[in-house]
Amino acid sequence: MTLTLALAGAAFQLALGVCAVIIGRAAAASRLIYGASMVVSAISLVAAVTHLLGAAASESLTLPVGLPWLGAHFRLDALSAFFLAVVDLGAASASLFALGYGEHEKTPERVLPFYPAFVAGMTLVVLADDAFTFLVSWEFMSLTSWALVMAHHRVPDNVRAGYVYLVMASFGTLALLLAFGLLAGPDGFYAFGQMRAAHPAGMIGALAMILALIGAGSKAGIVPLHAWLPLAHPAAPSHVSTLMSGVMTKVAVYGFVRIVFDLTGGPAWWWSIVVLALGGITAVMGVLYALMQHDLKRLLAYHTVENIGIIFIGLGLALAFKSYGMLFAAALALTAALLHVFNHSLFKSLLFFGAGAVLTSTGERDMEHLGGLIHRMPQTAFVFLVGCAAISALPPLNGFVSEWLTFQAILLSPQLPSWGLKLLVPAVGALLALSAALAAACFVKAYGVTFLGRPRTRTAETAAETDGFSLAAMFILAALCLVAGILPGIFIDALAPISTALLGERMPVQIGSQWLSIVPIAASRSSYDGLLVFAFIAMSGMFAAFAVHRLASDKLRRAPAWDCGYPDASPATQYTATSFAQPIRRVFGTVLFHAREQVEMPPPGDGRPARLTVEMSDPIWDWLYAPIAAAIGIAADRLNRLQFLTIRQFLTLVFCALVILLLVLAVWS
Amino acid sequence: MVLIRDLAIQGAQMLLVLALAPLFTGFVRKVKARLVRRQGPPLIQPYLDLVRLARKEVVLADSASWLFRVIPYLVFAATWVAASLIPTFRTGLLFSWSADLIAIIALLGSGRFFLALAGLDVGTSFGGIGSSREVMIASLAEPAMLMVVFTLALIAGSTQLSTVAEFMASPQVGLRVSLGLGLLGLIMVAIAENGRIPIDNPATHLELTMVHEAMVLEYSGRHLALIELSSSLKLLLYVSLLACLFMPWGIETANAAVPALAIGIGAYVAKLAVGGFLLALFETSIAKMRVFRVPEFLGAALMLGLLATLLRFVSGSF
Repeated sequence: MTLTLALAGAAFQLALGVCAVIIGRAAAASRLIYGASMVVSAISLVAAVTHLLGAAASESLTLPVGLPWLGAHFRLDALSAFFLAVVDLGAASASLFALGYGEHEKTPERVLPFYPAFVAGMTLVVLADDAFTFLVSWEFMSLTSWALVMAHHRVPDNVRAGYVYLVMASFGTLALLLAFGLLAGPDGFYAFGQMRAAHPAGMIGALAMILALIGAGSKAGIVPLHAWLPLAHPAAPSHVSTLMSGVMTKVAVYGFVRIVFDLTGGPAWWWSIVVLALGGITAVMGVLYALMQHDLKRLLAYHTVENIGIIFIGLGLALAFKSYGMLFAAALALTAALLHVFNHSLFKSLLFFGAGAVLTSTGERDMEHLGGLIHRMPQTAFVFLVGCAAISALPPLNGFVSEWLTFQAILLSPQLPSWGLKLLVPAVGALLALSAALAAACFVKAYGVTFLGRPRTRTAETAAETDGFSLAAMFILAALCLVAGILPGIFIDALAPISTALLGERMPVQIGSQWLSIVPIAASRSSYDGLLVFAFIAMSGMFAAFAVHRLASDKLRRAPAWDCGYPDASPATQYTATSFAQPIRRVFGTVLFHAREQVEMPPPGDGRPARLTVEMSDPIWDWLYAPIAAAIGIAADRLNRLQFLTIRQFLTLVFCALVILLLVLAVWS
Repeated sequence: MVLIRDLAIQGAQMLLVLALAPLFTGFVRKVKARLVRRQGPPLIQPYLDLVRLARKEVVLADSASWLFRVIPYLVFAATWVAASLIPTFRTGLLFSWSADLIAIIALLGSGRFFLALAGLDVGTSFGGIGSSREVMIASLAEPAMLMVVFTLALIAGSTQLSTVAEFMASPQVGLRVSLGLGLLGLIMVAIAENGRIPIDNPATHLELTMVHEAMVLEYSGRHLALIELSSSLKLLLYVSLLACLFMPWGIETANAAVPALAIGIGAYVAKLAVGGFLLALFETSIAKMRVFRVPEFLGAALMLGLLATLLRFVSGSF
């Protein structure tokens, strides 16, 4: 029932996309399409959540489309239902936001047809139950999102972003195609059910895992395959950036979980080493890159990279525990990862909406041109603050809960017998702690420079509050961040069917525990109660306010800033994003990014201004992508000669190729 | 009945830390002054300062937003909640299970997050320099602290502070290499987090050297009083944490009778006195370091914590 509903929803979204091609230029088209899309996503969301909470049995369905002997298989189990809920929640809130935001779009006919199609593509990926349907939906999702990235194709940066995205997406799909090819085996079992029954382990399973990590990881933004992400996500319109960062990366995580936890056989212990190491590096590199940015949307995109790293750390731990049969700990780690998937989709959507609201009201993405927006856009500033606190893992909001669970999983890992893991896991724990602390630093910067201080430009000074629809979307997400932070037990219990299905073990039931706290292992070991912490903070804050206003003077005088006696009227003397990050750049960036600062100080009497130039290089571009691009360029130059052969040389070439192929075939059989 | 008693003890703890925090700050200042042969301000000077600040009017910068006025309350609330969850004279406090050690660190992180935002709110260069340095210090101190917590959690088999403290008080702990490394790491973090010498100087207003003071430069009146009280609370919190983890003698367990609590409180005050004296001694015997030496100092703390955790991972006997 739920599955039929979700598929009908996807079909309806596709139909909306077709509709938008026809009516895209009409004045009311934007409201109509986004409104309809929102309703469909909301219905599908309710169905998915009901399915998940009711722990309903999995449903499957085969449609007579696709490959003639295969058909298109669809299946909705707990894992699919959870990711369907994430996709639908993201899509519904993005549509609500776009009801207001879409009005500012200058070329709606370039966005409207692809937006519902993109949502449909993501829905179909999480529902697909055979390799062919999965890959077609995956590619459809990539191409529609590429079209959305290219919506404003006159901006040169967007063209480059689109190009890099297209190359990386094709590369990722190729890796997934090969992974499925390995899993399907020589007999071509393309349906997931058959792969699950075969459970290929050993060399085939390991290769499939590596390929899945490359394929899904490149879509999710695992370092070093993240290069396209900070280019493409900010280039799209903001509600699409939200979907790409908050939701599409989660669909990629789904692909990885589906292949590695469900389709392949028992994992070998070293699989987790690869995943954990990549996860740890991704988390720290992502946040360090983010700290170096001053484009608000790009900063958020790099934070997606960081959070994907945190999710993959959880998945890596789950793999490690699973490979040694410690299923309870594996369930804890997997739940932590999936809860972070959900949490990240909430606060990342919220933050991208905020960036979109800032963009529409000021026309600026560069933080160095903003400032003081808290006075002009108080409501946006408030919800953006909630998002910043949530992503910085501050209690009592939701980001903290999933990171706390990941830490608890790390603390279970000394029981792992493997030496490699014994040495790696503490290091990964340190990387996770480092990335959490750096994320807080980064969001102090992002919020402080954008919303606090004094306006740095005229546009920031005259900004106006954003529209009601956008605010509604942001307030709903902010409320959900708080609810998921103070009542995490409900969400953890909702995830239990997934770990039961994938690992055969689940976390203890949380709902019944004392004062709605969460107790992952045992009460004497660790517990956390978001509700009580929230109540405590609220009560002591109110007590302080009451005491101060009863006992202390309540006089207040507005005056110019003190600034140690040297106030400067120019807002240019404030700290900017670049100067705020300078100490951290100096600590971490000199080694990682080869950051160099040069000060040109004119001699006394010379009227020229002093100049500070900061040079940084991206090690991954320089060491990985640039050589590959150069190699491809050289190879293409060499092969270019083949275009200008004479007819005789062509014939010889074809003949030789034929002979070689026949020889290969003869040797093989 | 038990619930009422536990509630009363929890309330007593909250009031105790609140009341003792300025006294402890005053004590450290007094000892420092005596060590350099000065008379020093009276012990109760911090209370007098708080009262004086509370009576004064607030001079608010023109460009300050509503957030600037809310932050002192938020910071105070987060610090106070964190401080009231640390076992001081008795373990097994009523609400101690609502937030474990990791959550306590995160609560302190919340306080710092908002204080750093306050530094940026008015839009002056001093606020900015304070905030940016504070987050740089925190970005190394917090992971170091978490690594120490991991070590303790692995030794005691729990992140619950009450359980850890009871375990540390029991004879089964013994001397361990990882504990020694953890203690050293935690002390370094505590010095950095509270902005003490050699990281930062709480007494300076020399512009280019200050971190915490630069961040709160624009605060005045009752807001500044709350901020000062929060930093006193934070200092007390760290000393209490060190005391309950590494000097667990005399702490009462959850089922102790009410009269026995007097012993617990006495032991706690004695431990504070020892801690305060050692802090003052350390501060007078060392010079402040340059800001960009701080990462090396904290990097060492992080490495100590990581090494301690690694030892625990590798073998249970270290």
